[in-house]
Amino acid sequence: MSALFILIGISILVAAIFLMAFLWSVRSGQYDDDYTPSVRMLFDDVPKLPEAEKEKSKPGSKHK
Amino acid sequence: MQVEKFYYDNKIVRNFAYATVVWGAVGMLVGLWIALELVFPGQFPHGMNLEPYFNFGRLRPLHTNAVIFAFVGNGIFMGVYYSLQRLCKARMFSDKLSYIHFWGWQLIIVAAAITLPLGLTNSGEYAELIWPIDVAITIIWVIFGWNMFGTIIKRREKHLYVAIWFYIATFVTVAVLHIVRSGELPYTWLKSYSFYAGVQDALVQWWYGHNAVAFFLTTPYLGLMYYFLPKAANRPVYSYKLSIIHFWALIFLYIWAGPHHLLYTALPNWAQSLGIVFSVMLIFPSWGGMINGLLTLRGAWDRVRDDVILKFMVVAVTAYGMATFEGPMLSLKSVSAVSHYTDWIIAHVHIGALGWNGMLTFGILYWLIPRIFKTDLYSKKIANIHFWLGTLGILFYAVPMYWAGFTQSSMWKQFTEAGQLKYTFLETVTYMKPFYAMRSLGGILYLVGVIFMIYNLFKTVKAGKLVANEAAEAAPLQKEYKTPIGEHWHRRLERRPVQFMVFSLVVILIGGIIELVPTFLIKSNVPTISSVKPYTPLELEGRDIYVREGCYLCHSQMIRPFRSETERYGEYSKAGEFVYDHPFQWGSKRTGPDLAREGTGNLKKTDGWHFRHFREPSSMSEGSVMPSYAFLLRDDLDTSDLPAKIHAMISLGVPYPKGYEQNAMADLDIQAKQISSNLLGDSIRVSPKKEVIALIAYLQRMGTDISKNKTATYNK
Repeated sequence: MSALFILIGISILVAAIFLMAFLWSVRSGQYDDDYTPSVRMLFDDVPKLPEAEKEKSKPGSKHK
Repeated sequence: MQVEKFYYDNKIVRNFAYATVVWGAVGMLVGLWIALELVFPGQFPHGMNLEPYFNFGRLRPLHTNAVIFAFVGNGIFMGVYYSLQRLCKARMFSDKLSYIHFWGWQLIIVAAAITLPLGLTNSGEYAELIWPIDVAITIIWVIFGWNMFGTIIKRREKHLYVAIWFYIATFVTVAVLHIVRSGELPYTWLKSYSFYAGVQDALVQWWYGHNAVAFFLTTPYLGLMYYFLPKAANRPVYSYKLSIIHFWALIFLYIWAGPHHLLYTALPNWAQSLGIVFSVMLIFPSWGGMINGLLTLRGAWDRVRDDVILKFMVVAVTAYGMATFEGPMLSLKSVSAVSHYTDWIIAHVHIGALGWNGMLTFGILYWLIPRIFKTDLYSKKIANIHFWLGTLGILFYAVPMYWAGFTQSSMWKQFTEAGQLKYTFLETVTYMKPFYAMRSLGGILYLVGVIFMIYNLFKTVKAGKLVANEAAEAAPLQKEYKTPIGEHWHRRLERRPVQFMVFSLVVILIGGIIELVPTFLIKSNVPTISSVKPYTPLELEGRDIYVREGCYLCHSQMIRPFRSETERYGEYSKAGEFVYDHPFQWGSKRTGPDLAREGTGNLKKTDGWHFRHFREPSSMSEGSVMPSYAFLLRDDLDTSDLPAKIHAMISLGVPYPKGYEQNAMADLDIQAKQISSNLLGDSIRVSPKKEVIALIAYLQRMGTDISKNKTATYNK
């Protein structure tokens, strides 16, 4: 059953990649803010109108 | 800081959206077609089969591949290209890469649609495509990843929204899965044999197969859910924290669930248990996603009543919840004992495909198309009709299939008071016919709904004009670090997580391949049962016909250790019996009976029976749903590849004598003449050169090795 060990090995390596990604994301402050990203994604950055521009820069900073 | 003006690429989104719609309709149409083939199993015009290209066995992989990789695949790319640009506040990294990705993927689909009906297949479910296409998929996938990571790197938003994490996990894992599963040794420019044999091939297949579900049908769609559901509802996701937690939990757990497809088979027990444990644990992250999706609408359920897009999404997320509750349940051994090989599984996957993937895709299309065409949806009413047709279609599909699966399994297992099997296999098949008909009705409803959608979207597109380059503004991302002088090189790498990840992936894959190839080529295929011998050249050719015709899609070759199975089929299957099976042919569904002991015991039939059965199955088994294979009686066996096949098998460790490539043809002729003269004794006159002779040789060989010595002796 060498396939098993190879698959386990590869699975662990994939998991290791994800672990690295996880550690990076925590260390680099990706999750310091666990609320506003969900609100900020609702706003698209449409240019043109000046008042629209004012609106879009607000919500991101509001909750900090 | 000075804001930068840039443009989102909507053209590529539109292209993938069109492809999603077109291939979706094609994939579903083929699905309906094969469903009707089981209701009307005759050859056209008496039935829906059209030999050889459109027989059930050749069309079924076309259906699954079209739905998974063409419909959902294009749906993924549509959603990713739309949302990734906006979440990163950046245009896609390269228009050229987007273009190559789009056309490359469509060419792959076209190639699949041509090769599968031609019978060019590797036979692993959802991994059927031949090796040149496998290579093309790898290249296009890398291009997709390059484009995606390029966009992530040049993003203007520091935070990576949870959807992006789902996309990254999809890219990384699908790449690894595809490469491991595609381990194959080409022997011509179209055909190859799997590196792995028997149990090993089965394990690799379902490790891949289940993760295709996990990382192609689930993680990217969860990413899409986390973008498009809040957007459509215009409210933030219920708990962003939960989304992060369930993401990491999901990807760490998913990868080992595969062996639950092989419960009670010849796979080592501990590997089965491993699969069960991971599968059961999966309910937590899966339901985390479902709950998060549904609760996003808390306090806004009144809007679901009016907003057809939200309706689609709610049904999708609910279907996801149901399928991921059922999945862990089906992974329990006692449930698997009942459900495996039956239509229950067909119902289960269609809850996922029609409900989760289909309905979410439709919701996204209805939301996205009017936006990129700067107009309103042509008709909410038609969209509502589509919604109800789709929802009813799912129910009309799934309920009869659940019923059928449970009933058939119960019939298989039932004994009379005298201790004999109560039903013949054929009786259980004919009992299924009304259910197959009802299921087709569900399919028709669902497909009609899609046709309504196509009309609605067509009218919407006509009314609007594509905003090919959508203007946007955002401040650039501030550079956080200044490179200190004399810094260690590794520090620089650490600051580039994405490149680091790609780099380590490449390292891992190289390492994996180096480890893999020699092991499989030489060591792992040593026979463990001394009486198990390699196939004769004629049987090998017959086996390749078995693969070509997709027989494994309806016939299993794996008898589980239950009395109801050993009574019906004979001694249960052992791992050591499959050591020369490149690729394995265990199958996953018993629309027809198991064939593992077809050549032995009370199942053995005469050559003449097989011949007549292939010509017209219902002439030997009244009410059979198997299509006719009369073309096997007409077509000559193409033996030109035989030396290459034997050579490839030797390379894979199958112990043919040295230089057997040259002698194989003579042996093949002798055995073919023998069968031909057997048939003559049964008053059937057929040339030994016909394909049917080879297939009969293979069927008569099945399961015979182990019965040669009553108790299997081990070499060790």
